[in-house]
Amino acid sequence: MTSTFRQTVRANLAKPEVRANFYRAMDGLMTRRLDQFPDKAELERLRTQSMAIRANALSKLPELLETLEANLTRNGIQVHWAETPEQGNQIVQAILERHNAKSIIKGKSMVSEEMGMNHFLEALGIECLESDLGEFIIQLDGETPSHIIMPAIHKNRIQIAKLFHQKFPDIPYTEDVDELTQTARRILRDKFYAAPVGLSGVNFMVAETGTLCLVENEGNGRMSTTAPPVHIAVTGIEKVVESLSDVPPLLSILTRSATGQPITTYFNMISSPRKVGEKDGPEEVHLVLLDNGRSNIYSDPELLATLRCIRCGACINHCPVYVRIGGHSYGTVYPGPIGSILEPQKAGLDVHGELAQASTLCGACSEVCPVRIPIPSILNRLRYDGVRKDAANTNTVGSGKRRTLSEAATWKTWAWAATHPTIYHAGSTLATRFKGMLPTNLGAWTTVRSAPKLAESTLHQQVKNLGVDHE
Amino acid sequence: MATKPDTIYFFGTCLVDLMYPQAGVSAMQLLQRAGVKVIFPPAQTCCGQPAWNSGYRDEARSVARAQIALFPKPIPIVIPSGSCAGMMKVHYPELFAGQQDEAQAVDVASRVYELTEFLVDVLKIELQDLGEPLTVAVHTSCSARREMGVADKIESLLGQLSNVQRVEHARKPECCGFGGTFAVKEPEISAAMVLDKVTHIRNTGVDRLISQECGCLMNIGGVMAKQGDALPHQHIAEFLWERTHV
Ligand code: SF4
Repeated sequence: MTSTFRQTVRANLAKPEVRANFYRAMDGLMTRRLDQFPDKAELERLRTQSMAIRANALSKLPELLETLEANLTRNGIQVHWAETPEQGNQIVQAILERHNAKSIIKGKSMVSEEMGMNHFLEALGIECLESDLGEFIIQLDGETPSHIIMPAIHKNRIQIAKLFHQKFPDIPYTEDVDELTQTARRILRDKFYAAPVGLSGVNFMVAETGTLCLVENEGNGRMSTTAPPVHIAVTGIEKVVESLSDVPPLLSILTRSATGQPITTYFNMISSPRKVGEKDGPEEVHLVLLDNGRSNIYSDPELLATLRCIRCGACINHCPVYVRIGGHSYGTVYPGPIGSILEPQKAGLDVHGELAQASTLCGACSEVCPVRIPIPSILNRLRYDGVRKDAANTNTVGSGKRRTLSEAATWKTWAWAATHPTIYHAGSTLATRFKGMLPTNLGAWTTVRSAPKLAESTLHQQVKNLGVDHE
Repeated sequence: MATKPDTIYFFGTCLVDLMYPQAGVSAMQLLQRAGVKVIFPPAQTCCGQPAWNSGYRDEARSVARAQIALFPKPIPIVIPSGSCAGMMKVHYPELFAGQQDEAQAVDVASRVYELTEFLVDVLKIELQDLGEPLTVAVHTSCSARREMGVADKIESLLGQLSNVQRVEHARKPECCGFGGTFAVKEPEISAAMVLDKVTHIRNTGVDRLISQECGCLMNIGGVMAKQGDALPHQHIAEFLWERTHV
C-alpha cells in the first residue's frame, strides 16, 4: 500500500515549477550562509558556544521556566500554560472573548500553526490575518507554510503576481516585487490599527529578566506587538535561555544560518505592557507556553537535543531531500530534517515515523546546524524505536509500531547469514558464478538504474592469489 | 598513528566483495607496494551497517560482534569505504555501549582507517603518474565527507597525479541519493537525487568518475548505464593502482 507521504512526494516530484522554485531558493540561501562564515574555525567556535547555551538552558528547563514565569509576572506579562494545542487555543479564545475581539492580526508564529489556531478561531467567527508577507501570500491561497522561516518559498514571483491579481482585481497586474510588497503593506496597514488583538511568536525568552525576544525583517512583528491594545505571544516551552548575555551569540548565529543576514532589520525585546506615560505598546501582554509533547522529548537524554533547535531552518535549506520534495510533502507543520525528528516525536512514530526513513543520513543538516543537533543520530534512534520489540523500554510515542513481521524476518535471515561466513561466502560465490541467472528487474531500483552487476569472482576468491595473509 | 605500521588488517566490505573486487585487490596492492603486510581475515562478511541504519540494532550487533572477533591484534584496520569505516569507527561504540564486549568494540573503532585517509595520513604515500592525460570528476561519499571527515584525502591523492585534471561539478558535496536502504524505501526521492547528480557530473564532460565509495558508484553508475553511454567510473584504489604500476 502506498502511504500518504509517498503519494504526496510522488505528486510533488512531478511539479517541475515547484521543484525549480525550491532549487533556486535553497541554492541562494546556501551561498548566502556560506558568505557569512568566511572563517571556518570561528564558525565552529560559535556553534560550540551556541550549543552550550542551549544545552545549559535545557539542563535546567523546569527551574528556568519557573524563574521565567516569576519574572514575566513581575513585569506585568500574564503567563499561561498549555499542555495541548486545544488548550492553547482555548486560552487564546478566552482572552479574545474577554475583549470581545472579532479579529486578530498575526505576526509569524510556527507554534500557532502547530495549534491550528487560524482554523480554530475562524470556526468561532474570528478573522485571523497573517501580516508576515510570506504568510499573507499563502493565506491568500489557502495554503500552509512550506518552510519555517520562508513560508511561501515554493512560489515564484509570477505565481505571486497572478495570485494577487486574482484576489485583488482592482489593483493593476504587476510582477514588480516592490509594488507587490507595497500592495500587501497598504492592505495590512489599516488592519494593524483596527485589530483589537495582535499575536506573535517568540524567538528567545530570557528567564533572568522576564523578556520576550522577537526577530524579524518586515516590521510587521513590531506592529503586531505594539499597535493593538492586546498582545498575545505563543511559543514552545523550550525557547527559554538563562540570561540576557545568552541572547547575542544565539541571535547572531540564527540570522546568519537562516537567511545569511548579519543582523535582521528588527529585534524586539518585550519586557512589559505599556507603562504609565509611555506613548505606545499594548495595555495587556500574554504569553502562552505550549508543551505539545515537548516534556516527553525532554525526558529522554538522547532525544533531548531535539529541543536545542532555534528554528533557523538551515538544516532545511541544506537538505537534498527537502529541496526536491518541498515542504508540503512532509504533511507536517515543521518540514525538512528538523521536522523529520520533531514531528514523529510529537505525534508518534505510528503517525509520522515514515519521515525518519526519508533521509539518506547524509549529514548535511547536522553539518550546518548552529546548535549542533545530531540529526542523523536522532533519525537512527527513531528508526530503532519504530521497530524495536521492547517498546516498554522507551518513552517515544508509537515505539514498536513500525515493526513488520516480514521486515524483521529479512533482517534476521541476513544476520544469520552474515554471522556464518561459510554459508555467506558459498552464497556469494554461487551468486557470482551464476550471475547470468539473476533478475535484471529489481523493482524500484531499476526504474532509473540498470541492475547492479556482480563481479566474475568475489574479492574473497581473488585475495587467494594476492599473497596476503589469511588469519 | 604517526609511524608506519608493518602489518595491517584489511576489511573488504560486502559491496566490494561482490561487485567491485578489483577495488579491494588494488587497495591491497597499493598497501603492499608501500611496504605494509596485509592480513585479510577470511571470515569477514559485512560491517552490519544496513541493519543498524534500518533500526535493527540486535541484528546489527550480532553481525558486528562477529567482525570484531576477527581483528585481535593491535594493528590498524583499513577499509576501502567511508561508510563501512564510519560504521566501525563511529557507530560500533554506540552499538556496543553497555554491552559486555564494549571495550573490544571501542578498541576496534580506534584502529579503523578509511583507505584514502590511511594512504595519506599514515603512509604518506607518494605517487608517480604513469598514465595518459585524463580529466576526472570526484564524488566523495557523505560518510567519508561528514562522518569520517576525510573528503580531502581523495583530492590530495589525485592531486599527486600529474596527468590527471580534476573538474568540479555543481552541488558536489550533495548526497547521490543512495543511502543504503533509502534507495529501496524511498525510490522516487532517491531517483530524483541521483538523476540530478548524474546530470551535474555529465555536464563536466570529464573522461572518468572517481569515488572512494562503491555504494555511490553503484548508484550513479547504474543510472548512467541505464541512460546508455556510461561514463567510466572507478574506485579510487583501482584508479591509483592502474595509473601508478608498471
Ligand atoms: S535543527 Fe538546527 S539547523 Fe535545523 S532549524 Fe533547528 S537549529 Fe536550525
